[in-house]
Order: sequence, then C-alpha cells, then structure tokens
Amino acid sequence: MDAPHTAAGQLARRHRFQWWELLPWIAAIAAFFAFPTYLAFGTQLLIVILFALSLDLVLGYAGIVTLGHAAFFGAGAYTVGMLASQLGWNEPLSGLLAAAAVAGLIGFVSGLVLLRTHGLTLLMLTLCTMALLEQAANMGAHWTGGFDGIPGLSFDKILGLFSFDVLYFRSQYLYVLAVLLLCFVAVRMLVYSSFGQSLTGVRENLLRMHAVGAPVRARLVAVYTISAALAGVAGGLFTQATGYVNLSVLGLERAAGVMIILILGGYGRLYGAFVGAVAYMVLEHMLAKAYPTAWQLGIGVTLILVALYARNGIIGIGEALLRRLRGGGQA
Amino acid sequence: MDPASILLGGFASGMVLFIVSVGLSVTMGLMGFVNLAHGGFAMLGGYVIVLAMKHWGLSFVPALALAFFAIAAFSVVLERLLYSRLYRAQELDQVLFTIGLVFVMTAAVTLGVGPETQVIRLPDWLRGQTDLGFMTYRTYSLALIVAGTLLVIALWLGFERTRYGARIRAAVDNRRMAQSLGIDVGRLFTVAFALGSGLAAVGGGLGAEILGLDPNYPLRYLVYFLIVVAVGGLGKVTGVFFAAILIGVLDFVLKIYFPKGGTIFIYALTLILLLARPHGLFGKRGT
Repeated sequence: MDAPHTAAGQLARRHRFQWWELLPWIAAIAAFFAFPTYLAFGTQLLIVILFALSLDLVLGYAGIVTLGHAAFFGAGAYTVGMLASQLGWNEPLSGLLAAAAVAGLIGFVSGLVLLRTHGLTLLMLTLCTMALLEQAANMGAHWTGGFDGIPGLSFDKILGLFSFDVLYFRSQYLYVLAVLLLCFVAVRMLVYSSFGQSLTGVRENLLRMHAVGAPVRARLVAVYTISAALAGVAGGLFTQATGYVNLSVLGLERAAGVMIILILGGYGRLYGAFVGAVAYMVLEHMLAKAYPTAWQLGIGVTLILVALYARNGIIGIGEALLRRLRGGGQA
Repeated sequence: MDPASILLGGFASGMVLFIVSVGLSVTMGLMGFVNLAHGGFAMLGGYVIVLAMKHWGLSFVPALALAFFAIAAFSVVLERLLYSRLYRAQELDQVLFTIGLVFVMTAAVTLGVGPETQVIRLPDWLRGQTDLGFMTYRTYSLALIVAGTLLVIALWLGFERTRYGARIRAAVDNRRMAQSLGIDVGRLFTVAFALGSGLAAVGGGLGAEILGLDPNYPLRYLVYFLIVVAVGGLGKVTGVFFAAILIGVLDFVLKIYFPKGGTIFIYALTLILLLARPHGLFGKRGT
C-alpha cells in the first residue's frame, strides 16, 4: 500500500479524510443546540459558506478572477422564486435542482464566451454579465417583481416531512447544513481528482498546461459551469430559507462580499470558505450591533491588515504558525 | 429634448467621467494595480471642497485647487506607506486591500461628516443659462465641457510631447524594458498616482452636481469608472477620453428615453465591445 517514495506517499495520501475535518460539522451541529435564537443568522452563514465554496472552485483552484459570481447565486435564487410564484412549484429539492440547472446553463454559456479573456477584461466581462442579469431582473417586473422582488413565498415540506420554520429557522438550518455537506463532499472529491489537479496546473502555469496538451479551455468552462451550478444551489437555498427574493441577490455588494470572505479565509483551500464566512459574518454582526454607524471601519481595517500581512488569509496564518511550531521542535 | 441639448448634457457628464477615470487608467496601465479605491479619492476630494467652502468660506475654484493638492498629497502618503507593499502581490490581495480602503473611507466620511448627500454651492457666474447664439444651455454644463476639453489637451500634450510623458508611455508598453533603460518606474508611478488621485478629487467636486456626493459614492460608481478604463484601454489618455464621452452621452440618452433599467444597454455594449476587442477600443493589440 505504501508508495515507494515518501513524497509520492504523501501525495497519494493527502486526499484521505483527516480526523479534524469532522470538526466544522460537529461545531455546526453543536451551534444548533447552543444558539437556538441565532439559527436565522446561522442559516445565512451556511448559505454564504456554500456560495464561497463555489467561488473557491473558480477563483482559488482554477485562478479565474471574477467579480460577477453573484450572477449565479441570483439566477438560482430567482429560479426558485419564480417557479414558486408563477407555476406554484413549491417542492424544495426539485426547486434546488432547477436552480442548479439554470445557473449552470448560464455559467456554461457565459463561460464559453468569457473564458477566452483574462485580467481586467475578464473582471469587467463577469461584472457586466452580472449587471445585465440584475437589470433584466429589474426590468422584468411582471415575473421578478422588479425592484421590490417576490415576497412572502412558502414552500412544501422538505421530503414531505419537515415544514419550513418561519420563526426559529430550525428545519432550514438543518436542511441547509445537509445540502452544504453533500456539496462539500462533491467539491472535495472534485478538487482531489485528476480534473482538480489539472485546474491547479492551469492556475500555476498556463503555458505548460497548453504545452502538455491539456484541454485548458474545456477544463475552465467545465469548472465554471460546476461552480455556477453550486452557486445556484446556494441562491435557491437563500430563497427557500427566507421566503423572499429581491435584487440584492444579484448586486455587486454580494459578489464583492463573497470574494472578500473567500480571500479573508484563504482561497485555494477547501476550508477557506468556512473560516472566512464565520470570521467575516460574526465580525460584521458584532460590529454592526456595537457600532451601528461605523461597522465598516472595523471591516475595512481588517481587510487592509489581511491584505498587507496575511496574504494567504486566516488559514494561511494558521498554517504558518503550525509550520513554525513543528519546525521549532525539530531544529 | 432636441439633439443638441442631449449631446451637450452627455458631453458634460462624459467630461466628469474622464476627469475621474483618467488617473485610474494610467496607474492600472503602469503597474497593473487593480485600484478599486480610486473612486474613494474622488469622493474625498468632493468632501474637501464641501468642507472648505462651508467652514473656511473658500470660493469654488480655490476649493477645487485645494482638493487637488490635498488629495494628491494624501494619495502619495498612502502609496508610499501601503500601496507600494502590494505591487508584487496577487491581484486578489490588491482587490482585498483596495476594497478595505473603500470601506474605511466610506466609514470615515459617514462618521466625520454624516451619511446625507452633500450639495456643493456653485458660484453665481456658473449658475443659470448661457446664450450660445443658436440656443441657450446650462452654464455649468458648458463650463464642464470647456474645462474637460482644456484638460484633455493639456494631458495629451504632457503625454505625447514631453520627456516625462514618453517615459510613462514606455513604462506602460513594457515596464521591464523601460526599467532596463534606466527609467525609475517606481518614482514615475508615484507621480502619476498623485496626479491621477488629484484629478479624481477635482472630478469628484466638479461632478457632484451630476453624480451626487455621499459616502456610498466610491462603490456606486466603481463599475462606471472601470467600464470607462476598460473600454478606453489601459494607460491611454485619448482612449479614456473617447470612452468617457461615449459612455456619458449614452448614459444621458438612456436616462431620458429608458429611465427604468436603460443602463442594461451600457453593460451589453461593454460586454460586446470587450469580447470583440479585449484591450479596449484604443488599447494595444496582441496578447
């Protein structure tokens, strides 16, 4: 079983589950019992984690710098909302699948066109795609409710068993947690597959990947589509959990917010989305409560400090500390 | 509205877009630095003008000059202390840093001055209408057009006809080659950064009439400034000028004929344009 070479052995083993990978899930379930009055916030947090995880696939692993990822979150959110309000399609799980399909389709089509470019051009193109969708949602008021959105949506029981809990968000929290777990396992498998490795290759050395004959663009379009579908699921969950959808799901603020969260946590690392979302949202929540007018100051200073001194995000700090501890012990 | 008034109104807002965005284009072209906080300097400039006029009784034009020098100096301090540490960093870290800076600027203005929209009182000679012979039009819009035209001519001469401008153009085209020829690109960048931020401050003040002035200014107009830079091409003064005029006129027309969601055409146009010409209308071709 052991690989003949230690480095090769390490490479072969690194996709195995570690004991500490259970910790986030234990913490999430513990939080369910410990903070029963904060479950609405917790549900939002889990949705943001899923959204940030989808962004990590394109931004962290494939190195596609996008400022328009909320396009897919919004597409998913509006798909679920419009299916419910227009067609009376209130079944939650099939709604999520529809959200993933629509967002994935938009990701595929836009990816085919946009991913030939890079740098500022790509940034602007993703931004414009999102703005186009936002304006379309604003103008198609007959279907989308325009500026006001679609309020007061209700959904069927999850699996026909658990009804959505408007007041305490108990079932929403567990439902979102379950979906997040499924998606996370899928992303983890994807990242450690040969497909995921080739994405890292594209990010690190585009020229060499072309030279060894890797189908670079096809890979990029594929990961963009998958990531869009995941973001669509996150958006669909948002609509189902809160019972409304409005233009805020498509805006620059949401796109920039999730990007900040991912960079803060550490991109290109599976758990960066988790750490970043918890750190950012808890900080924002506490600052907004303590200093309602000045919370942005604290967030801004934090972002500047992270950009200057902690290039790999919070997880990067942790890794550096661990390395120093271990290195100090041996040397 | 008749076509001439529409054109003039569009030109006026295009001039504002140009004055604010030109610095962003040059600094992004020089260092490839993604400076999302550029609109923040414009906003701070606007507030310097408001406060100087209100508390020190300065009149409009001296206040504009004060804003230019104050924000240029402030931006040099920021550039030397903070920006310079991130030149070799990843694009993403630059994005994170500049968004953080925007948050700090927005919060500082909200705390220091207040969240409400500020009004810049124009001097009497800039208010009212002016008779052009064939029509009358708002004096201030005409003044904006004249000021913007003079500025673009001055910048064009500076870029195309001076040694300094030649150095900047060389560094935009090929930074490493420019460095090997003994051009101090770092120093060049600091000067360009100061000039660009100062101009943005002036643009923030001049444009308050059109774009408004409140703490959310930097984020609200970020996309517009970026579109102007991307369409015009990085580091191209004339390119930014034509892109700004184009977007300004288009925006003005759409706001009149499609007040609800007319901006969709601007995004669509930008999308198509950048797909056809990834380096903008006037950017260099090739990779």
